[in-house]
Amino acid sequence: MIAKSPDTPSKPTPKQRMLIERQHMPEQDAQARAANFGEVNLGLTEQLALLEADRCLQCKVPKCVNGCPVKVNIPQFIKHLSEGDLPGAAKCLLRDNVLPSVTGRVCPQESQCESECLRAHKGLSVAIGYLERFVGDWAREHSGDQTPNEVTPSGKTVAIVGSGPGGLAAAGGLAASGHDVTVFEALHKAGGVLIYGIPEFRLPKKIVEAEVRRLEKAGVKIVCNTIIGRTYTLQELQGQFDAVFLANGAGLPIFMNIPGENLKGVYSANEYLTRVNLMAAHEFPNSDTPVLRGKHVAIVGGGNVAMDAARTAKRLGAESSTIVYRRSKEELPAREEEAHHAREEGLQFEFLAAPVQVLGNEEKWVTGLKCVRMQAGEPDESGRARPVAIPGSEFVIPCDTVVTAIGSRANPLLTSTCPDLQLNKWGNIIVDENGMTSLPGVFAGGDIVRGAATVILAMGDGKRAAKAMDDYLRNTETESGSIRNNIMASLCDVNL
Amino acid sequence: MTPEKRPFSHNLSYYEDMHLVVAKTRLSENVVRLDVSAPRIAEVRQPGQFVIVRLGEGAERIPLTIADADSDAGTLTLVIQAVGKSTKDLTSLEVGDSITDIAGPLGHPTELITSGRALCIGGGVGTAVVHPIAQELFSRGVDVMSVIGGRARDFVIFENELFRFGDVIVCTDDGSYGKKGLVTSVAQDILANSEIDIVYTAGPVPMMRAVANLTRPFGVKTIVSLNPVMVDGTGMCGGCRVSVGGQTLFACVDGPEFDGHEVDFEMLMDRLTTYRTAEKQSLNPNCQSRHASVSTHLP
Repeated sequence: MIAKSPDTPSKPTPKQRMLIERQHMPEQDAQARAANFGEVNLGLTEQLALLEADRCLQCKVPKCVNGCPVKVNIPQFIKHLSEGDLPGAAKCLLRDNVLPSVTGRVCPQESQCESECLRAHKGLSVAIGYLERFVGDWAREHSGDQTPNEVTPSGKTVAIVGSGPGGLAAAGGLAASGHDVTVFEALHKAGGVLIYGIPEFRLPKKIVEAEVRRLEKAGVKIVCNTIIGRTYTLQELQGQFDAVFLANGAGLPIFMNIPGENLKGVYSANEYLTRVNLMAAHEFPNSDTPVLRGKHVAIVGGGNVAMDAARTAKRLGAESSTIVYRRSKEELPAREEEAHHAREEGLQFEFLAAPVQVLGNEEKWVTGLKCVRMQAGEPDESGRARPVAIPGSEFVIPCDTVVTAIGSRANPLLTSTCPDLQLNKWGNIIVDENGMTSLPGVFAGGDIVRGAATVILAMGDGKRAAKAMDDYLRNTETESGSIRNNIMASLCDVNL
Repeated sequence: MTPEKRPFSHNLSYYEDMHLVVAKTRLSENVVRLDVSAPRIAEVRQPGQFVIVRLGEGAERIPLTIADADSDAGTLTLVIQAVGKSTKDLTSLEVGDSITDIAGPLGHPTELITSGRALCIGGGVGTAVVHPIAQELFSRGVDVMSVIGGRARDFVIFENELFRFGDVIVCTDDGSYGKKGLVTSVAQDILANSEIDIVYTAGPVPMMRAVANLTRPFGVKTIVSLNPVMVDGTGMCGGCRVSVGGQTLFACVDGPEFDGHEVDFEMLMDRLTTYRTAEKQSLNPNCQSRHASVSTHLP
């Protein structure tokens, strides 16, 4: 172990760095946390964070950055951190990533930056996600100490549709380039999936609120309760803003299309999680929105959303919460950390099982989920073994609540009102390499383009689009911009 | 031509304003009409559309059909029946109080005919839902006739408003006002004796089902306005799913109006009972009214 104090940073040799073991994330005890909505991961202490930062070898050609969808300069922020220069680390991190406290918690680092880390070849990677979270949290808690970057107003206006990770990332980038940014959100609260989808125990809402506030401080305006396609049309936005970024997400849940799916007690994960996360149904009757507190809950799907729903069920008091997944344990798409936490909290897994019917009683309440056993078949187009039903293997999981977490489709609410906007066969918006749609000046990113993906991929789209939109705005003489620029130019002449 | 560029972003107070209650009328013991300020929605709403209303912090998001709008005054008319806690809180609002969130207009506008004869059938608070439809049909020159009903005299609403667009026949279950009996028996006479091109109906689910069953043999297209439980109102949660023609659709984005001859009303009624126990629990006197906490935000 290396003794170090933040005041007099000692520089460990590479050999010494290699001797430091990866720090563990302190967590709430599994049994205790399964009964509360408090955050599971507690965050590294400063001492642990500095120690972990010293594990970074400061590679000349850092591969970790390639693994990051928003290209955070990882070695640089870690270098500042290891030197005890937290303001420097925060500034560096925030330049590349507008939501570090969020991505430090929900990114699948193990398959992105950390999988590229040189140290992962021989042992465990640097805990980049933990460090990002630590620096992001520090930046949030010390926001008063940071001087905002001076930006020269460009005189251009941008509308962003959706305040989820894609919209917020774009907003941050565009505001930093001096554009006047207005974000339109359909719900009553900003944050998109970060607010309605990801549970409190994984991403406390106060963190999202603080990250949104930081963007507001940077000049971003957020307008809630405004549905583009209904309250305003895209054409109106095009007429009144110099550019538009569409990041309205993939908000249309897919159901299984099996008998009994409309019985009482069957939820989409979107509804189940929205009731709890956005509407605080877990506090009912102290909040007004109820949610069924099932005793035995079956969750269909194997992704992070399924884990979130299953762990939420447990916290709502379920005696059993069972994940039903049609493929094998090895193919579970959820992050290993989530699956691990879920197991620790006592969740059950039914692998290689596919629902065929939701069973109900006379009053139309759910009584069970009838499944069929699957086995691995020939590889499908994704290269994974296609699960094939074993004839006659039906069995019933007794339950009173079923939550389907099998993905979502593109929400047609906005796109159906824009006939000129080109869509693919799934209803997702088609964009070019710059993120621009078939409509000039209208860009798009996140799930409405990709289909259901991740927070960080949406942020990557937002960041790239912000850059492309900045180029577009600077190279295109838009109406309002040109008028304002002329005024600016004449004012400059007078001063000269 | 591109519309004149308005400095959207400099007008933000326009969006951020809470929605002031500018008028309140008690239509019956449990039914209240609120006129609330929501200028943009008042400007663009069409018949059949609804808003999602959230009274304040901790309150539910509830869907309410826009009963009327005044685009000059920038107000919406909402007719609310106090059933559960959220609707009770809304009906206890007074002039000068505000609603924190109103989002919309949501849902598809009503499929309207442009000529011929329409029969509008409203039951209880559902009469307010058919009102904007009758209004627009009338302005298009369609011959409008309305049959409205309620349990008793006190439950009949919007009679005078509908009278402006054509004949109105009122019926009450107990005969305390108008004809004694159900709207369906009056409607049956009308369908049997005159040429009706389309029927629009809104009200309790059993009533809408009865209307749909009545019109089916006459082969008259019947549009029903459905009221399932909703959360976001934008297609995101799927809680409002209904079965129409054997297909599962979302009332918020595919509706809220559907062909009544295709709707599975039994499923709708079943699903509407999902939170019955919770509703009772939230009406427990120990649960504080949301209204009290909202008023503190007022200037």
